[in-house]
Amino acid sequence: MRERLRGVSKLEPLDGVFAAWRRLPHGFRAALPVIVVIALAATYPYYVSSLPTDVPVILAFPDVGACVTIIIFVMMAVGLNIVVGYAGLLDLGYVAFYAIGAYTAGWLASGQFQQVRVHFGSVGISKEQNGIHISIWLVLLCAGILTAVGGIIIGLPTLRLRGDYLAIVTLGFGEIIPQFVRNADSIKGFDLTHGTFGISPIDSPGFGDHLNKALGLPVSYQSSFDRERFFFWTALALLLLAVFCSLRLRESRLGRAWIAIREDETAAGAMGIPLMRTKTWAYAIGAFFGGMAGAYIASFNSGAFPSQFQFNISVFLLCMVILGGMGSLWGVVVGGTILAWLNVEGLANIGSWVNAHTPLNVEVAKYQFGIYGIIIVLMMLFRPVGLIPERRRKREIEEGAGASERDKSVYAILEAEDPREKD
Amino acid sequence: MLGGVFVALLVAWLIVNLVKTPSDFFTVMLIGITTGSVYALIALGYTLVYGILQLINFAHGDVFALCGLFASTIVLSLLGLNENTSAIGIAGGLLLTLLIVVVFGLLVNTSIEFIAYRRLRNAPRLAVLITAVGMSFIVQNISLAVFDVNFRSLPPLISESNVFKIGTVTYQWNQLFAVLVTIPVLLLLSWLVKSTKQGKGMRAVSQDPDAAAIMGVNVNRTISFTFALAGGLAGVAGLLYLIEFNIRYDTGFELGLIAFTAAVLGGIGNLTGAVLGALIIGLIQAFNEGLGWLAPGSDWTRSIVFGLLIAILVFRPEGLLGERTPEGA
Repeated sequence: MRERLRGVSKLEPLDGVFAAWRRLPHGFRAALPVIVVIALAATYPYYVSSLPTDVPVILAFPDVGACVTIIIFVMMAVGLNIVVGYAGLLDLGYVAFYAIGAYTAGWLASGQFQQVRVHFGSVGISKEQNGIHISIWLVLLCAGILTAVGGIIIGLPTLRLRGDYLAIVTLGFGEIIPQFVRNADSIKGFDLTHGTFGISPIDSPGFGDHLNKALGLPVSYQSSFDRERFFFWTALALLLLAVFCSLRLRESRLGRAWIAIREDETAAGAMGIPLMRTKTWAYAIGAFFGGMAGAYIASFNSGAFPSQFQFNISVFLLCMVILGGMGSLWGVVVGGTILAWLNVEGLANIGSWVNAHTPLNVEVAKYQFGIYGIIIVLMMLFRPVGLIPERRRKREIEEGAGASERDKSVYAILEAEDPREKD
Repeated sequence: MLGGVFVALLVAWLIVNLVKTPSDFFTVMLIGITTGSVYALIALGYTLVYGILQLINFAHGDVFALCGLFASTIVLSLLGLNENTSAIGIAGGLLLTLLIVVVFGLLVNTSIEFIAYRRLRNAPRLAVLITAVGMSFIVQNISLAVFDVNFRSLPPLISESNVFKIGTVTYQWNQLFAVLVTIPVLLLLSWLVKSTKQGKGMRAVSQDPDAAAIMGVNVNRTISFTFALAGGLAGVAGLLYLIEFNIRYDTGFELGLIAFTAAVLGGIGNLTGAVLGALIIGLIQAFNEGLGWLAPGSDWTRSIVFGLLIAILVFRPEGLLGERTPEGA
């Protein structure tokens, strides 16, 4: 009794806070953490310079330019999550969508095709320049749509295959498309992709003269004083768009159909879900974000190079999704941010810290893909639900019974199929 | 129908090339058979494991590369063979290397199975598949850590003189060597799978693991045995590939995919099919890279092989000799 009283009196001031918190509307309570994170992220360029630069282990926080790459990779992971996490289709060739997006930007917003001179809303470029120069905002949309069409074209013949065969076919496409862009520099003498040199420079986004005068927005990011900040905010906006679409899709009729297919394809089909159409939509929408992200990063790097599009990237993106938790949007965002940061500079920083503080001398960055391999294997062996499992799963686990049930529901994320099913 | 047209076009292309440059055609064909026989050894590894676990063992290609790199260390550093070593020395040295590499390959492959795949025996296939992709990267990075990024190759240990020379068509001893090693290995494998108790166990487990377990087959041991066989084959393939070409840490990934395509082409799970598919892929690769008329060239080899893989999976997932599986439905 005394114990309890003491406990209560101790908690009393906090209790008030909790009670007040509970009186707030549910929607607000759910949204507040998200709003705080977004606010912290959006103001990052303002306080990054005042962050310490001698943090143990990680050394420094990424600068704004590095963050652009990180955000765009997270966006791709969010796109891949629609295919792998929601619909349960293992895609080992997502890099193909990245490549299509980047090259769309290369074709529609650079001097690649010197034979023509097309300008449409281009900013920061002389109207006298040859080539196709379309406003990057439109190019982003075009890249997304074109990539989605590409996803449908890849998907239609292959999506009737199940599981591992589908994975292999997507892997095949993921290998063919980069090789195509590498070699397509003289198709009957026509230079489509400029071979190993890639397409560069690619135009930069911007708001043009009118908006510049009216609102003070930069004419073109590339020539702007705050180049990286504007790229950062735009990337963040794109990521938020992808996250928002993912969230809404997840609750939509289509999203529920995806999850039904993921959990049991045969049952879903029997309940009247059109399997092919639903899966193709997953492919198309997943591809859309991949393409948009690819086009944006091509614009940020001002180039699209075939060496960027390797199988490693597909596995890296898959690793982001697995680490965060397949199907769990917030998990993918968190897992993706961690891994993308490791990829951009984290591993190199940690490596140099380790080398400086221990007698070891390893090039950590050299073994980055081995490290991702280890992450994948460890996650699959010990925590297949990921760091932040989907809430739906978690609730099922909490309400559900014993360990075996739990394992079953966990693995249903991947595929509810008897491993040895044969005719 | 579409497939028929495609095959007809392919045959027509080959005939035109044969008429135009017959000597090139036959030289290239012999190269194709040599490469194909090395591919066959790797493809068998994929097909054996797929037959028993329904798992595409992505790590297999990397095990092959690791074996090849290991073989280069044995031959060059440990045994110190070079082109001036006596014939008996070379023969003995290579045989010894072969034995060591085979043992190494089977140890590596069974450990991979033991560490990663065994725990996921009852997990869905995609979980195991994703793990296999991860293992592939791990093995590749082990190769990178131990053998660094450089290509390894051997000095010409086996005479490059001609076995025969008809017109301008030549066939060299070092090319024949790969075929000469592959054939007995294949016969041995066929005997192991068909006639030994362990082989019967393998076939039983691949048909129905539960029933096999009830009948007293030790399923785990049988699966380990299969991985050991596959690893041993990867070891042989590693040495042969090293003798013919050069090898580095990431060679295995691409070659593994090519060999996997061969296994799928022949009908995955089917041993004869894997050899047949590998020979066909070897020939396709050689014709593509060696023929003069309308051949896309080596830049496109990967695209062609993967295009073929996609086409088979979409139009005839059971392959040339395989049986229809639920995946094909």
